[in-house]
Amino acid sequence: MSHPNKKRLRRSMMFLNCQKPGLIKDPYIYKPDSIMLDLEDAVAENQKDAARYSLFHALQEIDYRGVERVVRINGLDTPHWKEDIRVCVAGGADVIRIAKTECAQDVHTVEEHVLAAEKEFGRPEGSTLLMSALESCKGVLNALEVCKSSDRLIGIALSGGDYTKDLQTVITGTGVELQGARQHMIMAARAAGVQCWDTVFTNLDAMDVFEEEVKMIKMMGFDGKSLVNPRQIDIVHKVFTPTQKEIIFAEKVVKEIDEKKALGIGVFTVDGKMIDIAFYDGAQRTIALAKASGVYEGDL
Amino acid sequence: MINAVGRDIPEEVLKATGKDIFKGAYANAGVEYQKGAPRVRANGDPNRDKQVSSIAEVLKLCGIRDGMTLGFHHHFREGDYVVNMVMEEIHRMGIKDITICASSLGKAHDPLLPMIEDGTITGIESSGVRGKIGEAISTGKLKNIAVMRSHGGRVRAVEAGEVHLDISFIGAPTCDKCGNMRANGGKSDCGVLSYAMVDAQYADKVVAITDCLVPFPNIPASISMIDVDYVVVVDEIGNPAKIASGAAKPTTDLRKLKMADYCTQVVVNTPYFKDGFSYQTGVGGASIASTISLGKIMEERGITMGLALGGITTPICSLLEKGLIRKVVDTQDFDLGAIESIKKNPNHIEISGSEYANPFNKGAYVNQLDFVILASLEVDVNFNCNVVVGSDGMITGAQGGHPDTAAGAKCTIVIAPLLQGRIPAVCTNVTTVTTPGETVDVVVTDYGVAVNPRRQDLMECLKDTKLPLKTIEELRDIAYSIVGEPEPVQFGDRVVGVIEARDGSIIDVVREIKTYEFQD
Repeated sequence: MSHPNKKRLRRSMMFLNCQKPGLIKDPYIYKPDSIMLDLEDAVAENQKDAARYSLFHALQEIDYRGVERVVRINGLDTPHWKEDIRVCVAGGADVIRIAKTECAQDVHTVEEHVLAAEKEFGRPEGSTLLMSALESCKGVLNALEVCKSSDRLIGIALSGGDYTKDLQTVITGTGVELQGARQHMIMAARAAGVQCWDTVFTNLDAMDVFEEEVKMIKMMGFDGKSLVNPRQIDIVHKVFTPTQKEIIFAEKVVKEIDEKKALGIGVFTVDGKMIDIAFYDGAQRTIALAKASGVYEGDL
Repeated sequence: MINAVGRDIPEEVLKATGKDIFKGAYANAGVEYQKGAPRVRANGDPNRDKQVSSIAEVLKLCGIRDGMTLGFHHHFREGDYVVNMVMEEIHRMGIKDITICASSLGKAHDPLLPMIEDGTITGIESSGVRGKIGEAISTGKLKNIAVMRSHGGRVRAVEAGEVHLDISFIGAPTCDKCGNMRANGGKSDCGVLSYAMVDAQYADKVVAITDCLVPFPNIPASISMIDVDYVVVVDEIGNPAKIASGAAKPTTDLRKLKMADYCTQVVVNTPYFKDGFSYQTGVGGASIASTISLGKIMEERGITMGLALGGITTPICSLLEKGLIRKVVDTQDFDLGAIESIKKNPNHIEISGSEYANPFNKGAYVNQLDFVILASLEVDVNFNCNVVVGSDGMITGAQGGHPDTAAGAKCTIVIAPLLQGRIPAVCTNVTTVTTPGETVDVVVTDYGVAVNPRRQDLMECLKDTKLPLKTIEELRDIAYSIVGEPEPVQFGDRVVGVIEARDGSIIDVVREIKTYEFQD
């Protein structure tokens, strides 16, 4: 049976530098769904050990009040990742984010070490979840095999900065350079039944542009977005939380389909819109999202 | 003797100061008192020239002598040159045993330290002190017990004759040869001279010190020539860059914005939030953010503020410009925007410190406040606040208008991040009580909002909102669960300062700091 938290709500995944105690001491007050404690790019090469030390104690000592604790470990091409994994597992991280994943084998390699660490530190086997960051053209093209690689894998995240470098372009602000990767990754994730997250948006002076991007990736089907600043959290949650109008409509759809099915009616209208069984799952998802976001007051 | 906030005030302190213990924020309502009055010299001579060439000269003319009490104002904030200029001259003359009674003192006055050490200055009465003077008091270097009073408390003490000002030195951005002083114009523009007004009326001798002599008549005057003995022109009375700077950029710190949002939600869900409401706030990032977000809601709902009071900042003036505030009533300007506003906007008005906050006069503006938003270094489970003594025991802040506005406002909201580094802001007992908990209604932190159980009416208004309501004990427990319960600061026995309540009674004492001794 897969992990009970494998499909939990992950609209907002906020990066935090493990080297900065002021950042990691109480980010839960901003209520992100997940935090991503970073051992990779935010931490200077000669400070990896200090960052691991503060990470371990943060994981052990701080009550993150239900916020999921993801740790971004260093890439498999570095000397750090093995020790990173031991610290994550020993500290009790919920999820390990594998940087620069290129293929299923990368996930398997990490999984092996995670399992060994779970045994070493007496943690239940299979308790540590994994996610993969796709940061290259090869990684993006291999999205489907990565998504299917492990039962521990909760999903894939696009890392736009490195990916655009590999594409030999830059982040243009138009989204055109990320179009293909986004579309491909969300399809792969859905085909494999895992989640998919969009890349960070770093211009904090352009919150309106950020909001437009969040709306767009939600329309594309993404589950959420990686974030660099707590100010971005509420915007993502607002976009990803169904409106009361949407919730009421979804409730009607679910109830009407259940009722009409019993009466042998396949197609009918709700609020003037033609509805049939194809709308059922979507309506259920809206209600589930409303419940997970804490805004559902109905009885379904 | 134990006072109404549970603090033990030593008998010898009561005896030495002649003060009573604090019996409650409103315990002295209706008490009769005889006002103090200055001893002045008849002018008589229509041709008398008030202009004096130097500080040294004016000190001689005023009859400076050992043991005098001198008044100063703090409108030049950290840019003030006046206190140091006057005291350096007194020091040079070898005068001893001076008491400085200032509306506030700051780091700008660090140069007074050697004068405290050599006995030139033996008494300090202020709304608070920062920097080296605070350390000097806390480490027992000041000979007499320092007295900390709120802005309203200082005016009351002067008007009631408890403090007699022998000479007051009033730094004036502009002044004419007869002593008409204005706060606007000149090189050291500070907007208003509110806190100096009581000095002009109650000091025996009043000296105007200016760096911008203007043609007579300098009117409308903040302080009139009828109260002024001498006028001294000097090169500089302050550093304009430190008197006021541009408006602080609105905070982008989400923790502060979050607290501001909670605060705004409290405000708009009370019955006091209706057209014509009155409001005061401080200059902290969260307070200013609250003002900005409140302005948006006022605009949406078509609600106008009748009165904005107090220390004024640009965001308040912007709401005035937009027509969302009817009157801005001003006792101090915190930035250039506020100073510009009072010059050009007829609905932005200067008042005296007495009109602002004196609890014993017949009608102070603070009594008309619906809301005041305040900060605090510490708040305890009885809602008592400490804004003067740091959690390390060192005197480091000022009451300012904190106790005055808290006592006057219908809804007093204190904003504090739950943790200041490793120091819990919500605690079992504040280091020093400076504002009594009976006057504090709501505490807003980043971890939740607590309503004073005395205010069941407010609790009722807020219970169905989305605010994260907690008890004050719950907030303390969260703080302690994260950083642990701090050991109390270890003090010596000697009392180095008293915290005077608004009515002149003693709400708490400050003891000499001592090096922490670890238990074996």
